[in-house]
Amino acid sequence: MIELTKDKKLYTVTVFSENTPGLLNQITIIFTRRQLNIETLSVSPSALKGIHKFTITVVTTHDMIEKVVKQIDKRIDVLKAYYNVDEELIFQEIALYKLSTEKVLEMGSIESLIRRYDARVLEMNSTCIVIEKTGLYEETQNLFDELSQTIGVLQFIRSGRVAITKGKVERLSDMLASLENAQ
Amino acid sequence: MNTTIQLSGAHALIHSIIHEGTDTIFGYPGGNIIPVFDALYDYYNQIHYVLGRHEQGSIHAAQGYARISGKVGVCIVTSGPAATNVITGIGDAMLDSTPLVVITGQVGDTMLGTDAFQEIDMVGITQPITKWCYQIRRPEEIAWAVARAFYIARTGRKGPVVLDFTKNAQNALVTDYRPEKCTFIRSYVPVSKPNMAKIEEAAQLINQAKKPLALVGQGVLLGNAEVELTQFLEKADIPAGWTLLGESALPSDFRLNKGMLGMHGNIAPNLKTNECDVLIAIGMRFDDRVTGDMNTYAKQAKIIHFDIDVAEIGKNIPVDVPVLGDVKTTLPLITQLLKKTSHQEWVNSFAVAERKEKELVIEKEIHPKEGAIKMGEVIAKIADATHNQAVVVTDVGQNQMMAARYSKFAQSNSFITSGGLGTMGFGIPAAIGAKIGAPERTVVLFVGDGGFQMTIQELGTIMQEKVGVKMVILNNNFLGMVRQWQELFYHKRYSSTPMQNPDFVAIAKAYGINAAVVGEREKLDNAIEAMLSDDKAYLLVVNVEDNGLVYPMTPAGTCVTNIIVNGEKIVL
Ligand SMILES: Cc1ncc(C[n+]2csc(CCOP(=O)(O)OP(=O)(O)O)c2C)c(N)n1
Repeated sequence: MIELTKDKKLYTVTVFSENTPGLLNQITIIFTRRQLNIETLSVSPSALKGIHKFTITVVTTHDMIEKVVKQIDKRIDVLKAYYNVDEELIFQEIALYKLSTEKVLEMGSIESLIRRYDARVLEMNSTCIVIEKTGLYEETQNLFDELSQTIGVLQFIRSGRVAITKGKVERLSDMLASLENAQ
Repeated sequence: MNTTIQLSGAHALIHSIIHEGTDTIFGYPGGNIIPVFDALYDYYNQIHYVLGRHEQGSIHAAQGYARISGKVGVCIVTSGPAATNVITGIGDAMLDSTPLVVITGQVGDTMLGTDAFQEIDMVGITQPITKWCYQIRRPEEIAWAVARAFYIARTGRKGPVVLDFTKNAQNALVTDYRPEKCTFIRSYVPVSKPNMAKIEEAAQLINQAKKPLALVGQGVLLGNAEVELTQFLEKADIPAGWTLLGESALPSDFRLNKGMLGMHGNIAPNLKTNECDVLIAIGMRFDDRVTGDMNTYAKQAKIIHFDIDVAEIGKNIPVDVPVLGDVKTTLPLITQLLKKTSHQEWVNSFAVAERKEKELVIEKEIHPKEGAIKMGEVIAKIADATHNQAVVVTDVGQNQMMAARYSKFAQSNSFITSGGLGTMGFGIPAAIGAKIGAPERTVVLFVGDGGFQMTIQELGTIMQEKVGVKMVILNNNFLGMVRQWQELFYHKRYSSTPMQNPDFVAIAKAYGINAAVVGEREKLDNAIEAMLSDDKAYLLVVNVEDNGLVYPMTPAGTCVTNIIVNGEKIVL
């Protein structure tokens, strides 16, 4: 589990950028220079064509996240960078668990497990069963812990965080319009 | 040039560079940039090409040129080892906000990533030390990339840009070539619009201040805001100290110029930093060589920070009122709102520390009665002999700190030194670039015997280009600044600092450069006069005391008021 202390929190950094090569590297080295470990990272095309969105989580102090986000925002091809704390966000992660079919059959039923965790089965064949669960970090972790202690997990993968702000924030297209107007 | 023409990528590159107003290029050729050099051959009447002797020399020359002329410095080199040789200059330009466009050759696009001969991942290496870097792989991108590179380098907080130019793109033909102009990038805001609320807040603080102190940085020079700065200071009667890179933004004899800040700066402005009630930082970035221990820095003061770069606000020192924007715009806006005031008592209070420093340090350094020649006296004499009109270039070490302390300036933008990176070897090539950028001015280089030998090969450039730089080696036969730390903090264990030196005069002469050596005080004036008697290159080797120390000194990381002179802490 992520270690939080009195002055360190988990921050979610959101970056919108032009789709230029090498930007991921430019962003991650800014964290490295300040000795910050990235907890999770997800990169994908945003709702607007040609614009990429990075969602990065990191544990640090308020003072440090301010500085780091300014440095990211300063990169030429970054359109906008900002940060949020969990209270301001709706966020999800997705996890996949690969189980041995043989072990599951030995157990008998996994129905109650699937119901309790609100997970779903994606694949089932003679060798393996793949379960998917979306949720908070703790939730996907709890399922992992329970499976490990019982059936055993052959493979496990968790995505980076995807997040959306709760408040009414300026929409990306409005922001772009204001940038274009500055011309 | 309205009709489109068919050109090779190499020609298109040169064309685009000329289109940006460039008439001087520094560099060194090689296999993966040959097409560009071949194209240059066709533009000899529009471009002055300066061949260096090592790519590090070429890029430092481009930096010296950019800093004196205010134009973008251009440096073109080949791939691989040449590209890695310019890394130091790129890093130096990044830290000192120098506008550069560096073009490196690169292997053809089909070879990329194969560890081809002289392939190096230049974009990967330079991402953290450039404002922008881009690999041009197709000739159609040239006009766009060059326009964008120059725009980024010279706007906002200036800085270096790298264009890594693959060989296939140099050779291929561009059918629809037309040079472009870049004036806007949607993801890049070079200068924020002034925020009037912050300006009013800052003005109010200054109007209420009893003991204001201004800290002047290179931002004033980069923004050409010298006049706006003096008007601001005069109206509210604000004394000012300056950073190493802010030197010469204020004339040396300006009433409110209270001297240099930082580790080897003047006593008064450093002490006053922790006494003032409002500290006004103008285009400076609170470098640790200025602040010392940041936890004890100006805690009593309200801090106003003028800067063009939002990422500098609060980076090192918490700021009460940030004023973002170009100081050329923001300073007059604030001056308008200031009451015409006098802080006579406060301004005069600097005199106590000034007298003390003069008595304990300055007089002994510039007017010694006996013993070997001192660095400070050479610098002061040359300032006199050039009527404070010279461009002073320095290398790094004691020579640099002494030159900063004892040079005098009547003209702005006349001091060129490697501040942020502290690059030994910067001196000779930067002086070459400065002289090429300002041929009508006297350019004097102060350099140590160590630093001189780091880029000594550039004497060849001076010879070939007939660059009339006046070089002064302050020869103490030591790596002086390191020796100073060893004497003061490492029990006089002079590990790897004594230097056996060559016959510098003979070396200069071998390059066809006039040279002389002087070691006696009585002969110093004549030696300086001989050096300055014409506009040709000249090397003057001055044998100075071998155990000189730069004082005052605030040991690294200690409080800005912890000022040591002759081994003892100053108390007024
Ligand atoms: C490229 C580089 N290497 C090492 C240093 C560390 N360094 C700083 S000052 C100095 C000594 C400089 O000696 P010299 O050039 O003789 O000048 P002096 O201090 O004697 O004036 C050294 C080695 C540096 N700043 N740059």
